[in-house]
Amino acid sequence: MTRALVTMPATAKRGDVVEIRTLIAHPMETGYRPGEDGAVLPRNLIRRFTCHYDDVLVFSAELFPAVAANPFIAFSTVATASGTLRFSWTGDNGFTQTETVSLTVT
Amino acid sequence: MTRHLKRAALALLLVLLAPTMPAVAADTRRSGFDDMSSQIQAMQRDDAANPAMLWLQDGAATWQRDCASCHRDAAVSMRGVAARYPAFDDKLQRPVTLAQRITLHTKPLAVESEALLGIESFVAFQSRGMPIAPPADARLQPFRERGEQLFRRRMGQLDFSCAQCHDDHAGQRLGGSTIPQAHPTGYPQYRLEWQAMASLQRRLRSCMNGVRAEPFAYGAPEFVELELYLAQRAAGMRLEAPAVRP
Repeated sequence: MTRALVTMPATAKRGDVVEIRTLIAHPMETGYRPGEDGAVLPRNLIRRFTCHYDDVLVFSAELFPAVAANPFIAFSTVATASGTLRFSWTGDNGFTQTETVSLTVT
Repeated sequence: MTRHLKRAALALLLVLLAPTMPAVAADTRRSGFDDMSSQIQAMQRDDAANPAMLWLQDGAATWQRDCASCHRDAAVSMRGVAARYPAFDDKLQRPVTLAQRITLHTKPLAVESEALLGIESFVAFQSRGMPIAPPADARLQPFRERGEQLFRRRMGQLDFSCAQCHDDHAGQRLGGSTIPQAHPTGYPQYRLEWQAMASLQRRLRSCMNGVRAEPFAYGAPEFVELELYLAQRAAGMRLEAPAVRP
């Protein structure tokens, strides 16, 4: 079960800077910690986060073991035209999660 | 002339009132929220940044699927419920916590599971901002008294009671962190240290580990009694669930 939250305005004026905040549930296991039985827990990280605005990449980030569980990523983009923003997180063990949010530009 | 008289009367009134002033002493209780850094406070204030909202969203889905057919709108039916738990259960003839109430009522959910913490935080969220209001039920009184005794009883290899830290030395520091007054205002809450949602009982178990005592089991009667006393101790304080704590 994967859960993600994206918070951003539904509408914006052309040229406005839109603030986008994302939160995703993920353990971000580093691969260095021992578990309860003493064996090292296998690494399980989100490696990359991207945001496409109508198929144009507007933001991306690489994530590493030092990032806490349930990563919160906030960034901004300029509202150019009405469209959809596609957020995707990809990581170890074939992890993928995609959310889409539509933005109306007036 | 009359103005002078009025002023004299006011002065007299103040002199007469002065000895009664300390009786209405200001509430010195502080939620753990007040002892956090401003960054973590901002994280709790902003629902878009509060990781507890991930669990809450899960709980909301559970509510729609399993609870809404009878209980309808949680904002109406569950408002104030979390503020008065633990409460007395007539069938069991003993007090139960909110988490126990939920699991007794529906299909059993594992203690401290994501599913239980989700629905519990969703129910608690409906009472956000309301004052903690323990029920005035006489049947709860013996349990509450036992809870207070537990709060003051020394335990573990370090031989500390809850009261020694959280009453006598609250506001001082233990290592790098401020000792809070231990008011359960925000449970279930997201704990940055554990990077997860946690119940009050997990917090209590962790405290017991800290003083090298053997923790009670989840749902143990001792924990229910402690929760009862803690709710009484925090009566009137605002519920902040789901909170963020360092």
